[in-house]
Amino acid sequence: MFKILKYSFYDLIRSRWSYVYFLFYLALGFVLLFLNNDVSKAVITLMNIIIVLVPLIGTIFGVMYFYNSKEFTELLLAQPVKRSSIFLGQYLGVAGSLTLSLVLGLGIPFVLYGLFRSDAIFDFSLLLVTGAFLTMIFTALSFNIALSNENKIKGFGYAVLLWLFLAVIYDGLFLMSLIVFEEYPLDTFSLVATMFNPIDLSRTLILLKLDISALLGYTGAVFKQFFGTNQGFLVSMLMLVLWTVLPIWRLIHKSKQKDF
Amino acid sequence: MIVIQKLHKKFGKNEVLTGLDLNIEMGGIFAVLGPNGSGKTTLIKGILGMVVPNKGNISIDGHSIKNKWKYREGINYLPQIANFPGNLKVKELIRMIKDLRQKPSDEEELITLFGLEPFLNKKLATLSGGTKQKVNIVLSFMFDNPLIILDEPTSGLDPMAMIRLKELIQKEKKKGKTILLTSHIMQFVEEIADEIVYLLEGRIYFKGTIPALKKLTGQTTVERAIAAITTTPANV
Repeated sequence: MFKILKYSFYDLIRSRWSYVYFLFYLALGFVLLFLNNDVSKAVITLMNIIIVLVPLIGTIFGVMYFYNSKEFTELLLAQPVKRSSIFLGQYLGVAGSLTLSLVLGLGIPFVLYGLFRSDAIFDFSLLLVTGAFLTMIFTALSFNIALSNENKIKGFGYAVLLWLFLAVIYDGLFLMSLIVFEEYPLDTFSLVATMFNPIDLSRTLILLKLDISALLGYTGAVFKQFFGTNQGFLVSMLMLVLWTVLPIWRLIHKSKQKDF
Repeated sequence: MIVIQKLHKKFGKNEVLTGLDLNIEMGGIFAVLGPNGSGKTTLIKGILGMVVPNKGNISIDGHSIKNKWKYREGINYLPQIANFPGNLKVKELIRMIKDLRQKPSDEEELITLFGLEPFLNKKLATLSGGTKQKVNIVLSFMFDNPLIILDEPTSGLDPMAMIRLKELIQKEKKKGKTILLTSHIMQFVEEIADEIVYLLEGRIYFKGTIPALKKLTGQTTVERAIAAITTTPANV
């Protein structure tokens, strides 16, 4: 598996897109720090961008890489290599290089600005950790979609729809249901609904760590009570891990049954 | 020895293999023939584990290959369509396959044989179809393995390369290897094959030597015999 990972990773590191992605974050980090002049505020602005952009990039990149490396995959399948190693290696190559772009691109400007001397370091680390999780989750989801759809156009369509659903539509439905059922106690419902969407989960997690739960409004208090505690933090991290592991598991399982 | 028992494979509604039985003894050149869509590539990919059969069993040297991958260490495979990662150079591709296989290889000799030196530092995407096929041949002959599977090895080759390929196949046969190949060029088959396996509608329609085939159909050339075979009753 590590050999496949190595080749996928080098292949991606050499490609232009990794640099574009890296330079984008680098520029974003510098611009935000320069305009805000305040690490904590920059972290909040960054969060809003990361929450939407990281899943999108992970999805598009994942689907694109999977379809583009069809030849590479077919070549490997005839070699004495385990199937799960091929797909896991490619997946980790993509997710790894994207995460590296994110962490280095944002990390460098913040470190240069004096992150280590600021108390925002934990908020910032949490931001990077959730960013890494979102990359892993959405790359895994997009690999699944690409594996199940031989037709590239369809695969792309489904992947973008998935992103749109989790990043935009889900929130709309969530808010609507809160309004429709406002007469009922909705604390548990909203907690669970948040857990089932990795984007919402990450946003809530970061907002609460940043101590601006007022932004959450209605159920803010409940969330604060839940996520603020160690237990809440652990449960949400566990959910993020589950969101990562389940698609990877399906990827391995499905790849074993596929014909090439 | 490769033993295939009651192999079934469906792609959607399209039944490609319908209970195929085949034994291939080790040593010799076997040509798998049949019309387009008769399941030749599916059969080969089944042996390689790239296609997962719906029913039936394939075993090599007495071991079932289901969900296994180690056995591929003993197989050299030349795919029908030479699809390579386009952004790799020829040299890098060869190095990568060597790295994956971790076995001694003699690619130098093959590169000289097919005149590939000028292309070693070129990216695979820029190569012509015939040159890609030559790279494909180098990759599938550079390891010393007992089973060699060639899916349409002649496609896109110039006459010189064709002659080299035939010599190469004969040389490997002399070492006691088993070579399984498909081709639509009957002249090529007639020249090199020891035995013919004819596939029709997902089953083995004929298996035997070339003289036996000619005798059965009453024809004098393999081309005509193959064309006539479908009108004679099945003979396995």
